[in-house]
Amino acid sequence: MSSTVIDADAPLTTEAESRVAVATQRQLIWWRFKKHKLAVVSAAIVLAFYLVTAFADTIAYSEPFDSQAARSYIPPQPIHWFDAGGKFHPQVYALKGKRDPRTFKLSYAPDAGDPRDLALFAHGYPYRLFGLFPTDIHLFGVSNGRATDALFLLGTDQLGRDVFSRLVLATRTSLTIGLVSVALSLVLCVLLGGISGLFGGWTDTVIQRVIEILRSIPTIPLWMGLAAAIPASWSPEQVYFAITIIISFIGWTELARVVRGRFLALREEDFIVAAELAGASRLRIIFKHMVPSFLSHIIAATTLALPAMIISETTLSFLGLGLRPPAISWGVMLQDAQNLETLGLAPWLLVAALPVIVVILAFNFLGDGLRDAADPYG
Amino acid sequence: MITVVAITLVTFIIMKLPPVDFVTAYAAQAAASGSSISPAEADAMRLAYGLNQPVWVQYWKWLSMVATGDFGRSFEYSRPVTEVIGDRLWLTMVLSIAAIIVTWILALPIGIYSAVRQYSVSDYAFTFVGFIGLAVPSFLLALIVMYLGLRLFNVNLGGLFSPDYQLAPWSWGKFLDLLKHLPVPMLILALPGIAQLVRIMRANLLDELRRPYVVTARARGLAERRVILKYPVRAALNPFASTIGYLLPYTVSGSIIISVVLSLPTVGPLLLHSLISQDMLLGSTIILLLGVLTVIGTLLSDLLLMWIDPRIRAGQLR
Repeated sequence: MSSTVIDADAPLTTEAESRVAVATQRQLIWWRFKKHKLAVVSAAIVLAFYLVTAFADTIAYSEPFDSQAARSYIPPQPIHWFDAGGKFHPQVYALKGKRDPRTFKLSYAPDAGDPRDLALFAHGYPYRLFGLFPTDIHLFGVSNGRATDALFLLGTDQLGRDVFSRLVLATRTSLTIGLVSVALSLVLCVLLGGISGLFGGWTDTVIQRVIEILRSIPTIPLWMGLAAAIPASWSPEQVYFAITIIISFIGWTELARVVRGRFLALREEDFIVAAELAGASRLRIIFKHMVPSFLSHIIAATTLALPAMIISETTLSFLGLGLRPPAISWGVMLQDAQNLETLGLAPWLLVAALPVIVVILAFNFLGDGLRDAADPYG
Repeated sequence: MITVVAITLVTFIIMKLPPVDFVTAYAAQAAASGSSISPAEADAMRLAYGLNQPVWVQYWKWLSMVATGDFGRSFEYSRPVTEVIGDRLWLTMVLSIAAIIVTWILALPIGIYSAVRQYSVSDYAFTFVGFIGLAVPSFLLALIVMYLGLRLFNVNLGGLFSPDYQLAPWSWGKFLDLLKHLPVPMLILALPGIAQLVRIMRANLLDELRRPYVVTARARGLAERRVILKYPVRAALNPFASTIGYLLPYTVSGSIIISVVLSLPTVGPLLLHSLISQDMLLGSTIILLLGVLTVIGTLLSDLLLMWIDPRIRAGQLR
């Protein structure tokens, strides 16, 4: 791979021109993608989010379910980067809770005389990395005392659970649910869109009509109805799975249209006709000739479909119809911030909105960039 | 028509999804609240809905009851479903249609402006707002707006009526009160649609503006305003108008969620509540009515589109 960016469209010098001429399609796409600055940045952001997903337990510093009434609604805590002597020595002050004798409202005051040192790779609550290796090392924590009792970077919720740690674990749930749903709906739409585009005729008509009907019904009430039917007795894993399936139903119509369109367009292409005339079997034509030429489009369309999935999960959970506690997702966290009283009391609970917005924007830009890069005539 | 049948089928499936049939649920609820219903009564209801018979008989019985306007009773409120829904359905539709009108009124000029002044500061500003509209889920937007309203202006932006008018019968005063409360939810509801339409309009118009006929018109000395409004905008308008079809279902969906957050007296909160308490006759009726009304609305907008666009009319005649 070359280190310099090559403009694949502009008139080229001979050296660069010869490189473009022999470049594989993958290289061409990569060069075009690199020109799209916003998409590259978005790709980095998406990657960072999935890193957080992989190492969620390590990044979280206190146990997400450890609740205590005495820590209810602690506001976000400032980090003091320098100690009293002016040396670089990040620390947080321990908090003293005081209850107002008249309103019974808890208020917290930092105690400058009781600093807790922040440390990288500190010991914390035990967990299993990737569900396999038992460990208690966390990305950061406090070196004197338990992180759960002292560190509240983004405050706590009503039950005294640390918002930062919960947010990190919620990222894992919300992002994987999006990914799994999009994979499921991809299977569905490649199958149906492919059949529709390949066979044509009445099969095509029926499938297209079904898609049209689905698109003309307001979907949210429908999915609400489906989600509400999940029995309350199901375990969080079962609910997670059911929600994934429901959400994957939401997105497939759009994708199926794209797939069908590509199939229809490709069927008429010269090289497909040539392959047919050369006596290639149907399966060989599909997988050897057709799939590679629309794979990039599908990837781009999938990336653009992911935000919709994430929004759906967040919305359903927010309404109390999706994932429910003890599962943690962005929607579940936002549910805590649902009414005005809570928002007035603890506005920092809205922080869960931030990753939602960032991830959705990033996926949108990334998808746009991929789509442009994958289009050979763009 | 096929769509309507499909909607009734889907609604019926949703109604049947809970593991406990709704008569049993009703009996349990009545027992819990102290006013138990007799087994004979429960059996009569089971008979009416054909709950002991095969599924397709149940579907048919339910369908024929619905066709005569009998949607059954809500167990939660122990009143007929139609009574519980009352004005709420119309308020939902008023809100959605108002939001769509706002979407057009705002998206059209913004789209034209962004395309004509491509890469200007305001183009970037509109693009930015558009991305926010696309990326922020509507319930979050409602939540944030409500929070800001409380923080900055100390007003509660929720609801569609002032407390005085909440239970009052319809009057001129109540109507004016509704108009006062409508803009905020309307704008929140309209924003995603606006964002999408501005993008489409901008892209289409940019394509058109590069066409030779625009250059010709300019070369002939037409006023700039006329050059743009008379031809390219009209041509760019067509795909714009064809988005009506899915804008309505989309907006109705959004209104449900926004209503829950802003506690608007539409069917939104009612639907959520009925689904959570498994008051299935109420819940499925709402889903059914929303679906049917949306289909009718889409049909009307298609007719409108045909009336606007001569090309579609011509295609129909051929």
